[in-house]
This record gives sequence, structure tokens and C-alpha cells, in this order.
Amino acid sequence: MAIPDALPFINLRWDDLLFIILSTVLVGSGLLVVTLRDIIRCGLAMMVCFAALAGLYALVGAPLVAAAQVLVYIGAISVLVLFAIMLTQTKAAPARLVFQTQALPAAIAAAVLGLLIALTVGATNWNAVAAPIRTGTAILARVLFDQFVLPFEIVSVLLLAAVIGGIFLAKREEDGPA
Amino acid sequence: MSHSLDAYLILAGILFSIGTFGFLARRNAISMLMSIELMLNAVNLTIIAFGAFIPTLKVQGSVIALIVLAVAAAEATVGLSIVIAIYRNRKTPLVDEYDTMRD
Repeated sequence: MAIPDALPFINLRWDDLLFIILSTVLVGSGLLVVTLRDIIRCGLAMMVCFAALAGLYALVGAPLVAAAQVLVYIGAISVLVLFAIMLTQTKAAPARLVFQTQALPAAIAAAVLGLLIALTVGATNWNAVAAPIRTGTAILARVLFDQFVLPFEIVSVLLLAAVIGGIFLAKREEDGPA
Repeated sequence: MSHSLDAYLILAGILFSIGTFGFLARRNAISMLMSIELMLNAVNLTIIAFGAFIPTLKVQGSVIALIVLAVAAAEATVGLSIVIAIYRNRKTPLVDEYDTMRD
């Protein structure tokens, strides 16, 4: 028996259903990241947020970027953030005030920004095609290592510089003149 | 809905505003860095969506997104090590207590 093209009864395409689920998870966990009291939970909500984003990348037809998102963000950056949280939090920190005094103006400013972006998006004709174009890994690799090989190499040097800089900044100062 | 560029752009806009709010409102330096990560990811979603829906961009959208991903990793490393270095001197992760230069 073939799987129907759309969800029965409400006539919703599977793509749309996935989009709705993933975007709900994305926005919900994003809100949790900025509002939760316990910062460890903020870090965990951030991982959920990145996972939903990887799902969206796969949905829109960029599977290699989705895989890189899982590897880099969920695998590396989230772990780095969680380690930094555990290194810097005192026991008293979660019990104290989470937001600055300017939280309400910040919320208003962010809402206005979101509204402006939505209005601009709605008012612009992007000349978009009707369905997303899938970017296969083979063609992406061909372009990346042919046309964009210089930026690729520069990024690797940048990563090396960031690693050295990170070690230098975070290493413990020795007593006396270094 | 998943076949329209506008939906992706508005979603990215919402995520970016959430990140803006977090960056402006949170007191903890690491929370602020996490908000910056949210904003970076929103921009990456925009790039991917443009790459998928604008025919002249095609593969280049994904290439730019991959490079942004690597740069974001570098930014997170340096940012977090700066926070840890400050924490070692000031014994607090809260940004409103970093007020040495005010005196």
C-alpha cells in the first residue's frame, strides 16, 4: 500500500507537517533558552534548538549542512558551552535575578524587530521558485573544493588561530613574571 | 508552507528576535553568548533558505552556510575562553558586576 501524498482528512502535505513541528520546537526551545532560570537547562534547550534547525536544513534540501550542524553545533559548541557553564557557575547564581533591569524594553525592542522583519519579508518579491532546490553532496563538494577552495583554506587557518587563541586566553596565569 | 521562502525567512526573523532579546536582557555572560549563537543560527537559516529558493544562488548558499558554521565555531571558542578568563579574575559570570572601568 502506497503512503498517501498528504495527511488524510486535513489535507496537509508531509513536508508542511514536518515544517510545523520543527518550527514549533525551534521557537519553543529558543524561548526556553532566553527565559529559563537554570542556565544548565538553557544549554540543554539550546541543543534541542540546534537539532530542530538541523531538521529544517534537511527539509529545505541541504543535507550536508544539516549533518555539519549536528556535528559542529550539537556535538562541539553545545558541549563547549556546557563546560563553560559548569566552570563559571556558583551555587548561588540560579537563585539570583536572571534578567537585567532593562528586560522589558529589550522585549519590546525584540518584538518590534521581529515585526519589522516579518513586514519586510511580506512586502518584498524575492523571485523565489515554487519548491526548494535540493543541494546534493556531490555537487556541493565539487563547488567547495574547486571554486571556493581559497576561502575553505582560510577558514582552516582561522580555526587554528581560534584554537591557539582559546588556549592562550583560558590558560591559568603562572605566578610571577611569565 | 514548507514550499515558500517567506515562511523560512519569518521563522529566521523570529529566532533572530529571540536572540536579540536574550542578548539584551540576560545578566549572565554565557547566556548572552548562547543568544549570539541563536542569532548566528537564524542568519544561517536565512542563507540556506535563500540558497534553496533562489535558482541563481543554488550551491553557493550551502557553501556560505558551511563557512559561517566554521566561523561560528571559532567565535564560540574565543568568546567562551574570554568569559572564563574574566571569571577567573572577577569570580562572577554576571556582566553587570564587571564595572571596574566605571570607577
